[in-house]
This record gives sequence, C-alpha cells and structure tokens, in this order.
Amino acid sequence: MIEFLEILFKILIFPGLLFMLVYSFLLEYLDRKVYALMQNRSGPRWYQPLADFFKLLGKKVIIPADADEKMFRIMPVISIAAVASAFLYIPVFGMRSVYSFSGDLIVVLYFLAIPPLTLFLAGWYSRDVYATLGATRVLTQMFVYEVPLFISLLAPTILAGTWSITGMADFYADHPLFALINIPAMFTALIAFQCKLERAPFDSPEAETEVVSGPLVEYGGRLLAFFKIATNCELVLVVSLFAAIFLPFMSGNVWVDFLLYFIKTLAALFLMILMRATMARLEISHIVSFCWKFLSPIALAQVLINILIRGVL
Amino acid sequence: MSEVDKNQVIVPIGPQHPSLDEPGCFTITLEGEKVVNAIIGVGYNHRGLEKACESRNYFQNLYIIERVCGICSHTHSTAFCRAVEELTGVTVPARAEYIRVVVAELERLHSHLLWLGTACHEIGYDTMFMYTWRNREKVLDILAAVGGNRVNYGVNTFGGVRRDLDEAIVSAILKTVDTLEDEINHYLEIATTETTLMSRLVGVGRLSHEDAIKFGAVGPVARAAGIMDDIRVIEPYGAYKEIPVKAITDTRADVYGRTVVRILEMLESLSIIRYCLKNLPAGVIAVKVPRRVPAGEVLIRVEAPRGECIHYVRSNGTEMPDRVRVRAPSEANWHGMKHMLEGGYLADVPITIAAIDPCYSCTDRAVAVHSEMDSKVMDWRELREYGNEWYKKHGVDVSALVL
Repeated sequence: MIEFLEILFKILIFPGLLFMLVYSFLLEYLDRKVYALMQNRSGPRWYQPLADFFKLLGKKVIIPADADEKMFRIMPVISIAAVASAFLYIPVFGMRSVYSFSGDLIVVLYFLAIPPLTLFLAGWYSRDVYATLGATRVLTQMFVYEVPLFISLLAPTILAGTWSITGMADFYADHPLFALINIPAMFTALIAFQCKLERAPFDSPEAETEVVSGPLVEYGGRLLAFFKIATNCELVLVVSLFAAIFLPFMSGNVWVDFLLYFIKTLAALFLMILMRATMARLEISHIVSFCWKFLSPIALAQVLINILIRGVL
Repeated sequence: MSEVDKNQVIVPIGPQHPSLDEPGCFTITLEGEKVVNAIIGVGYNHRGLEKACESRNYFQNLYIIERVCGICSHTHSTAFCRAVEELTGVTVPARAEYIRVVVAELERLHSHLLWLGTACHEIGYDTMFMYTWRNREKVLDILAAVGGNRVNYGVNTFGGVRRDLDEAIVSAILKTVDTLEDEINHYLEIATTETTLMSRLVGVGRLSHEDAIKFGAVGPVARAAGIMDDIRVIEPYGAYKEIPVKAITDTRADVYGRTVVRILEMLESLSIIRYCLKNLPAGVIAVKVPRRVPAGEVLIRVEAPRGECIHYVRSNGTEMPDRVRVRAPSEANWHGMKHMLEGGYLADVPITIAAIDPCYSCTDRAVAVHSEMDSKVMDWRELREYGNEWYKKHGVDVSALVL
C-alpha cells in the first residue's frame, strides 16, 4: 500500500504532473520575459502565464459546425497525456526518472511524436482552410525534423552503449569528458527541438500573418488552454531531455544536482529564446531543405564519429 | 473551404486577417503552397472624402485632406496647399517651405520605420519590429513637439505653415537625427547580412523594370526596379529646388530591393533634415491667401513616403472647390499586385502585400463599373429602397430607420 502511494506521489506530485505544470508555467514566464527583454520591452509579470491559463479556462468553448466534435475535444487531452507519460521516463530536478528500463529513450521519442500528430489531427478535423493549411505544414515539418532529432539523440547512446536515459546518465557521470564529443549533436538536437516546438524561426505551421494561427485557429477556451499546457509541458520535457542527454554533469549531492538541473535547463531555454529572437520565420520549403541538407548530415556525422570512438574503446 | 480544382484551394486573406492592418480581401487560389491566382479586393473603406470636399470651403477642406491618410497626412495637405497657392498665385515664404520639408522628411522617416517594422512582423521577425517601432516613437515625439499631434500635425496652411521651429525644437530634432542615424545604419547592416531575413525577401514579389512601367508602379516599388520616379529629384518643388536630394534606386526589383531602397531613403531623409535646419532661412512663416480662389484647375505632384501623390483641384471661383481628386500612391501600386503574388508561395503573400506599403483607405474610391450584363446607376432614394428590400428578404426590416 505504502509502495503504491509512493508511486502515486511520484507520478502525480513530485517529480510528476504537478511539478511539471509548475515548472512549465515558470518556463513560459521566463520564455516570454527574456524574449521581451531582448526586444527592448518590459514583458509580462510573473503570474501572467497562470492568469492567461485561468482566463482561458473560463472562456466559452466554440466548436465549428463542420468540425468533428469528438476529435476536436479529445485531441488536447491526448496531447497532454502523451507529454505527461513521457515525463516519467526523464530524469528531472536532479533526480532519477520515475520509471526506467533499457530502451526508454525510444519510448520517450515516440511519446514526443504524439503532440505534433494531435496538432495535425486537431487542425484537420477543424475543417477550416487555415487550420488545414497549418495542419499540413505541421506534418511536413514533422517529417523533416524527426530524422535529425532521432539521429542526434541516438548518437550519444551509441557512445554510452545503452538505450536507457538513466543508464546513459550513469555512463556520462562516470566519463564526463565523453559528453564533449557530442557537442555537434547537441546543437542539431537543440535546433530540431526548436523545430519540434514550432518556435521561431520554425513557426511556419502557426505563422500568424500567413495562416492566422494554423491548426489551432478554431480552438478557444478550455480546449485551447489544454493545448497551451501541453506545449508548455513539452518545453519542460524537451529541456529536461536535452539536459539529461547532452549535459550529463552530476555532482552526487542531491541539492547541488537539483540546482544544476535548473542551470542546465535554463541555459537550454536561453539558447532557444535567443534563436527565436534573432531570426525571421523560415518558409516551410526552407525548413525542409535546411533539415535535410544541414541538420541530418551533421547528426549522421556525429553517429559515425561515435561509432568509431566506441570501436576504439 | 471551396475546392476549385482537385488540387486547388481558395484561401481568403481578409477582410479580417492578422497580416492586414486595414480591411482588404485577397482571394488566393493555392496549389499546394503555390499561388496560382490572386484576386485583389479593395473598397471596404470608402469614405467619400473627395465628394465631401466639394461641399465645404477650402479652409475646411484642408482639415479633411489632412485626414486622407493617417501616415502621410503632411504630404496630402502639402499637395492641397500647393494646389490652392498655385491657383491664387501666392508665393510661400522660404522659411515656410523649409519647415514643410523638415516635417515631410520626418514623416517619411516615421512612415518608413513603421513599414520596416510591419514588414519584419509579416515575416515573423518580431525583434526588429519592436526595435523599429521604438525608434519611430522618437520621430513621433519630435513631430508632436513641432505640430502638437502625433499623426495629423496640422502644420500646413494656405500660404505657409502654422508653426515655427524655434531653437529648442531645432536642437531636439538634431539630437534625434543623430541617434536615428546610428540605429538606421544598424538596420541596414542587419537587412543586408541576416540570412533568415534575406531568405524571406530576396526574389520575392518580383516586379521587373518593364512590368513596373506597364503597371504604373510608383515610389519604392518602382525605384527598386531601377525607375527613378522620385518627384523630389525629377521635378523638385518648394524647398527641394535648393536642397540636394540623392536619387536612390536599386536593380533587384523584389521585396529585398524595396527594403534596401526604403532604408537608404531614411538615411537620405536624415541628411535632408540636417541640411534644412542648418540653412533655415529667416523671415515670416505664412502670407495671407484670399478666401475666394480664382477659377482654374491645377494638378500637383508631391513625393509621399509611398511614392508619387497627385492632387487635382478645379475651382469655379467660389469659396468651394468644384472638384478635388486625390490619387494616393497606393492606388497606383495595386495594379501590379496580382502579377507580384502569382507564382509565389502562400508564405510570401503577406510580405508581398506589405512591400508596397499599402494604404487601403487612401486608395478606396467609388468607381462606377459599367458592365453589359447586370448594372444600373441608382440615385440615393433608389439605393435606399433596394437596401430595404434586400434586408427584408433576409428577415430584417430596416425601413423604419430614419437616415
């Protein structure tokens, strides 16, 4: 019974759902604030993301007459569920992940593929011209960034010789210098993550000035709030995964690790904000050629290097 | 969504769309992401200003004309004042001409900074948008100090200007000009080096030299295609006859060329302002103009930030004009729009539309289209009856409304 309660606590409260939500609001705040400061603006107050969320919850949900109501309602929930499930396999707050088995990285990557798919389906079932265009772009973009993302996340695993995120963290804790070899993959992964989260310069699917807000154009109220939560949690997930795989430096002390986790994730977030603030939105065709011509070859080269080093060892 | 062909989708951009700042409707037919057909629909903002001018006297009209455009208000009032001064044969004092030029160039600065910001916003480069608009605020502050208002300054009057520039304002303008010069040079550097920005602008919305002539493009659109049509250079008016103005053209003929032309024009405006303030003649700022304007007609060309602005005024010797015609520069640039959009991508549509710096409500005129199929001319009463019938058919009775 106690064991069951402990697992429930881990899943729902710490480091699970509740802490993920709180941290996601914090990250959204920092994202908006730092972005604003880079643009010479003052930015939102600390409670603004929370206020936005509650305000959205109170708004009326309007479902277009042509839309498939069931799909329209269920998509945000699936998106959150996928993100929350993936969260259990990632080491967060300087602790070990709630669950771990050999091969959990693959599972996390699969879970991470679900939010874009729900976004596509949400747009598709909205039966709106902008939503459909946005949905098509989501899918087009997904096909191009998944390849470099998978390759660049798998490169470190080849060096570590394990498919488990926790196992990998252990390996790099023992051999911290090996983490430096993965630096090219670190950057390709960061760019691919930016692409996955549909942040500028890869925000073509939700380009406000072109397709209004893409797949989510018909969403409002509670359902939109859920999608926003899912996106924010995905951000937490992505920076945590990034920190776990590419910045695996641990001290062994719980409190120092806890602090290190924040430093690592915030550094990753800062790089992502910098990317978002300093570039114009790329066209979808440019994104496709960029991912195939630059990201994938670099990630592949990293895999080759890691295989060679592994062979030498 | 309406399907035309199996592979074609019609996307309406407007009348309500985040990328448009005024209502206009662009019906874009897409094949994938490629634009195969574009229908330009303007006319949502017709205000009947030309007609309104005919039933008011010249002094009242000055205030109507200033409100033709929210951005280039000074250009329109300058054109109208010059028309009336031409008809009455009044010579404007040199100091007034210089002050007009200073305000006109400040206006060009604020218009181009505004354009640069919106253009960057259209391509999702919000950081530049925020920076340029912050700089624009500095220009607006100066304009407010000169004219007492941020956009409709009310500086012009017949026979001169209403506000003088004193020492304090002159030094304030010079200080702002210095800061702006650094900033604008920085934007020029960004625009010519930032890869993502250039990838979105180069080769987009092309309007070649021949096409620009064919469609009668004006302003930065024509100048980016290598056509020198700056009225300040080819047909100087007012103080521009004495002030050296550098002709700025580009040969790229795309949105990127238009961006570079506009940024260089801002730098040129700064040097014109410096020259004017240095050589500001002493003397009165206005002379008296008779209330009645002698009969005659006149056509005036003035360089607006968006291009050539034409005012036509016909007087019949009374206090009111017989006819006022305003050809805002956007009106000339709409014609090439279809050509620019077609063959491009959906992602380029907002920036291509923005690149002519469109001003929808300045453009909209009532045009009688005579079609052989189904057209008739109605007077006011007939139109009202037709409207009542139409609403009745749709279940609303508005005949009780008194207009």
